[in-house]
Amino acid sequence: MEIDKNGFYGDFGGAFIPEMLYHNVNELKENYLQIIESTDFQEEFKDLLKEYVGRPTPLYFAKRLSKKYNTNIFLKREDLNHTGAHKINNTIGQILLAKRMNKKRIIAETGAGQHGVATATVCALMGLDCIVYMGEIDIKRQAPNVARMKMLGAEVRPATSGSKTLKDATNEAIRDWIANPVDTYYLIGSVVGPHPYPDMVARFQSIISEEMKSQLQEKTGRNYPDKIIACVGGGSNAAGAFFHYLDNENVELIAVEADGLGVETGKTAATTQIGTEGIIHGSKTLLMQNSEGQITEPYSISAGLDYPGVGPLHAHLFKSGRGTFLGATDKEALAAAYQLTKLEGIIPALESAHALAALNKIDFKPNENVVVNLSGRGDKDMETYIREMENRD
Amino acid sequence: MKRIENTFQNKRNILNVYITAGYPNLNDTIEIVQKLKKNGVDMVEIGMPFSDPLADGPTIQNSSQIAIKNGITLELIFRQIEEIRKTVSIPIVLMGYYNQVLQYDDTTFFEKAKAVGVDGFIIPDLPLDIYQKQYKSSFENLGLDMIFLITPQTTDERIRLIDNESSGFLYVVSSFAITGSKSDIEQNQIDYFKRINNLNLKNPRLIGFGISDKKTFDKACEYAEGTIIGSAFIKALEKSKNIKETVKSFIVNIKK
Repeated sequence: MEIDKNGFYGDFGGAFIPEMLYHNVNELKENYLQIIESTDFQEEFKDLLKEYVGRPTPLYFAKRLSKKYNTNIFLKREDLNHTGAHKINNTIGQILLAKRMNKKRIIAETGAGQHGVATATVCALMGLDCIVYMGEIDIKRQAPNVARMKMLGAEVRPATSGSKTLKDATNEAIRDWIANPVDTYYLIGSVVGPHPYPDMVARFQSIISEEMKSQLQEKTGRNYPDKIIACVGGGSNAAGAFFHYLDNENVELIAVEADGLGVETGKTAATTQIGTEGIIHGSKTLLMQNSEGQITEPYSISAGLDYPGVGPLHAHLFKSGRGTFLGATDKEALAAAYQLTKLEGIIPALESAHALAALNKIDFKPNENVVVNLSGRGDKDMETYIREMENRD
Repeated sequence: MKRIENTFQNKRNILNVYITAGYPNLNDTIEIVQKLKKNGVDMVEIGMPFSDPLADGPTIQNSSQIAIKNGITLELIFRQIEEIRKTVSIPIVLMGYYNQVLQYDDTTFFEKAKAVGVDGFIIPDLPLDIYQKQYKSSFENLGLDMIFLITPQTTDERIRLIDNESSGFLYVVSSFAITGSKSDIEQNQIDYFKRINNLNLKNPRLIGFGISDKKTFDKACEYAEGTIIGSAFIKALEKSKNIKETVKSFIVNIKK
């Protein structure tokens, strides 16, 4: 399952961008494959993933969780990466690309701040200027990550337009790129945006399923699982976890969206459930919008899933039926987070907790091999966990 | 002859003014266009407010948000244009984003726009190849113009391609900036305008982005058939207590 020459997965993808971005995006499109497939790039990329990020991440057999669901559950421990989530796989890849394209100034968008931190980290590592756009509202909600980015030397610029959240931070970053087309590289954090970003980010994240193959071979005697479960906001961790199994029909690919307060309430980020086809941030995909084509605000307790669109790969997986799409509400995700903490001693990120919550919605056969992609750790969500724990008692 | 073509054949130093439909108040669109025409504006560009206008600056985005809050819809914009056409015959160009067109249903959208008296469109995020494949022939049949942008980074080869595929005029983005963020025209911009003029293109050009007053209007007119003013006019409306007076003084100051 690959993109065509215009960057489409089936009906979805492409590059719907104003002429002001044509040169930048085209420059990237013409160069990215050649650069990232070169031996020199791959050597540096793999070396940094090993020595700096701490890969490979374990594929941990979760014994007590498996017992509870009467099947074999493995956790792909992306939470053990440097900076606490899978996001850094992509920022390492893109920063090496930016360097080879002689870009001096890096811009990025961030919602919860995880991609912002991962970007600020690699910019510090490479000694490049870093500007992170973040919605004014998110800056207030995610103060610790704002402080981390600043400590890493990044400038955090508030996005004050529109709804002042992730989609507006993305708009502002794109505008910055329009105004600074020569020396600036836009480091997108998910499998969204105009072609070639969705394909490029999926390739950088594909290290997740690449490792899974050899780890499963060793642990189960077969290099593929029966099911892979991953949460989807924009969809980068899911894209990486699915990547090497997209064409293997033996593997059920299960994407879990944030239902928020419940799909029927409208307070949700379940794009495939309430979204329709259209264009967001330069890509044709499924998105949340009204009948006039105005993009609406998503809601989820998890800032990392709080995006009104979904990457074009996932829109294609949904429409073609190749992917199974489930949802988990705020409450279900919280319960799953507390459960994993008690059963396995692992505090997951709220995003990853949505993937874990889906375990309650699937009928497993005994002896199935199931991989849950544990995309991030819960340190950043402690305030929410503590607050909700008090509410529960 | 098509209205846009006719305007370029008969007028010089064309002034095209951008307004956001439904701003500052829902039904001001009609009066503003009437007054623009009365004060000598040659063409109007009516913006269809969008929640995520990537190619626009903060001034236009802000006006779009207010217009959406005011309750503007594409249906209402078409009705307003229908009303405008009872008294105004200068060309009307609709500016908006491709997602809006798709949600309305693209074929119906263009036919309806034609029926109410729209002459051309600026849809910055509509890729050239999709226009060629999906819309160009019906545009020729309907007598509509699709206007594309060119920027300082657009290569000569691509400018020729865009010129060849589009009609009406070319929208020359004057600088790297997004709309409404500069106040003077610099030498490197003039070099770029001259480079375009030397390409012997079939379409006339209007320079937009950064045209805000008489000085920049006059200077831009030296290097193109005319200009587009957007953010500066929206800013004037922002502060306006009397729309009729604001339009008059704004236009008189530029055309004096």
